[in-house]
Amino acid sequence: MSEATKTAQHGLSEHSHGFGVPIQTRSERPKSTKLADFEEISTREEQWRYISADRLGGLDKDSLDEFSGDIDAKLADGFESSWIDSEHKLFGAAGIPEDRVAAAGWEAAKAAYLLSIPSSVTNSAQSIVTITSISADPAALHIIVEAKKGSNAVVVLDHRGDATLSENIEFVLEDEAKLTVVSIQDWNASSIHNGAQYALLGRNSTLKHVMVTLGGAVVRMTPSAYFGAPGGDAALYGLYFADAGQYLEHRIFVDHSAPNCKSRVTYKGALQGAKAHTVWVGDVLIRAAAEGTDTYELNRNLLLTDGARADSVPNLEIETGQIQGAGHASASGRFDDEQLFYLQARGLSELEARRLVVRGFLMEIVQQIGVAEIEERLAVSIEDELERSAK
Amino acid sequence: MATLEIKNLHVSVETEQGTKEILRGVDLVIKSGETHAVMGPNGSGKSTLAYSIAGHPKYQVTKGEILLDGENVLEMSVDERARAGLFLAMQYPVEIPGVSVSNFLRTAKTAVDGKAPALRSWVADVRTAMEKLKMDSAFTERNVNEGFSGGEKKRHEILQMELLKPKMAILDETDSGLDVDALRVVAEGVNRITAENGMGVLLITHYTRILNYIKPDFVHVFVAGKIAEQGGPELADRLEADGYDRYVNA
Ligand SMILES: Nc1ncnc2c1ncn2[C@@H]1O[C@H](COP(=O)(O)OP(=O)(O)OP(=O)(O)O)[C@@H](O)[C@H]1O
Ligand SMILES: [Mg+2]
Repeated sequence: MSEATKTAQHGLSEHSHGFGVPIQTRSERPKSTKLADFEEISTREEQWRYISADRLGGLDKDSLDEFSGDIDAKLADGFESSWIDSEHKLFGAAGIPEDRVAAAGWEAAKAAYLLSIPSSVTNSAQSIVTITSISADPAALHIIVEAKKGSNAVVVLDHRGDATLSENIEFVLEDEAKLTVVSIQDWNASSIHNGAQYALLGRNSTLKHVMVTLGGAVVRMTPSAYFGAPGGDAALYGLYFADAGQYLEHRIFVDHSAPNCKSRVTYKGALQGAKAHTVWVGDVLIRAAAEGTDTYELNRNLLLTDGARADSVPNLEIETGQIQGAGHASASGRFDDEQLFYLQARGLSELEARRLVVRGFLMEIVQQIGVAEIEERLAVSIEDELERSAK
Repeated sequence: MATLEIKNLHVSVETEQGTKEILRGVDLVIKSGETHAVMGPNGSGKSTLAYSIAGHPKYQVTKGEILLDGENVLEMSVDERARAGLFLAMQYPVEIPGVSVSNFLRTAKTAVDGKAPALRSWVADVRTAMEKLKMDSAFTERNVNEGFSGGEKKRHEILQMELLKPKMAILDETDSGLDVDALRVVAEGVNRITAENGMGVLLITHYTRILNYIKPDFVHVFVAGKIAEQGGPELADRLEADGYDRYVNA
């Protein structure tokens, strides 16, 4: 595809914000569990630069209901689930909100669904939690996944239905835990979802996080990874497919605060149709204490038609010179007429040609999931997306 | 027996300066098993002719006809033309990131045949065809044309032709950028497919060198958007010696 590629390798970097946005380093961004601590949403704020409050379905107000939908958990042997109240020590153990909508959800959810993976689970057992919303009234949900020392497991969080939801999900990885998380946003067309996710990585723990966003009118996901001790390894993957009118935003934050940790961020998006809009912002902060950090972040977007827009903003802030490596790449390419002609000249219809290219582009991420039934379903969902917008 | 007929073909492109006529009345008939060489100066419209036959949307046919066995090719979409048995080996094959050669070949074969090839024989067919074209089997795992050298791209085009078995193939400067060994391998490939399938060939080239390997039945001199002269293989030798001056200045 023809593409505008921006690649950079950084020693020291300057951090840039859009016009009119006050300069602020990522480390100084306010955090709070209280909605009142955040100002009303305005596009002058970096976090809300691309989406106005009126598209958030009231999620920025203090009147959210508690989630009333269904949480259906197919748990592998050894996993435990329960509800805990907000006094519990795990509440906020991985992280707390950095924006108003996440805080609104935090305050409104008086209890959290806790999924616990004991140390005895070491066989990368897979549990699938399906979160089905049936009400479009603004609601709040809090989920905590705790991976005990040395455990090794896979958790799929699958979001479906009609929702207006502010969700906070915490992942607490104890020392040497290995956790794969797959978060799927496959909502019905009119849904609005703000999903703040926080992962705290213990010593020598490994997180693989795969974000898959397909359905919903407005979906804004803010996954963060914090290194609480040396030796952590976080691989954050994402794929999104926006079609006409959809707004899908992913804001990633990797906070390197401990030495000798590694992070990789790889997000890919496909866009098709009028006013399909995606935003990817990748903030990586390497604090002074984080010597020996090794990080790389990449975002690629494939625009399948005119009228779609992909914003891609990598930010790397480095406060120490003693690092292994730090880089980022961002590229948005167009599936162009010459590629289409080439494939059609080999007998493929336009739809088959698009399908082949998109599958090739996105499958790299799907294959990271490692859960066969989910991989198959997503392959089908991606084809549905293509077919739907081709009509 | 298949016949490709091009009658009084006029083709224009839209440019920033307005509509520009490139083809100005091309007449050509190609039958199964025949090889027609087309030679002509840069910019005379040879690729335009090739693209117009394949159906590239940039080129507008303003007059004339293209028929394949009497069927109106101009009414077919690009992919319908390919499925009808037309094949264009491109002068500049494009890269398709994320799509492996093996996946691409299988998908194309399925599209052209209307059904998926039997897996086991297909894998063997691909392997054999690649061996004959002296292509490393590692290419099947690479993305289509991505990072291929000029010569590798051309072999990959011929590989597709071998596997898709078209009725009529248009080779747009497939010989350019090939070293002598590759030229022989590619020429042998074309001859083999022509003999096996009775394929008709429109061979666009600047060099008589390839005509030592692929014997044309007809040679056409293409100048300023149409055929200025036609003859047998001896015409190519005369062009080699004299150039295009007498046509261009005529
Ligand atoms: N899209 C286009 N816009 C403007 N001019 C074009 C376009 N496509 C082709 N042309 C012009 O039409 C003429 C014929 O081009 P074409 O590529 O068919 O030539 P050719 O005979 O294949 O040349 P070569 O031997 O260099 O491959 C050239 O003058 C070219 O610049
Ligand atoms: Mg040409």
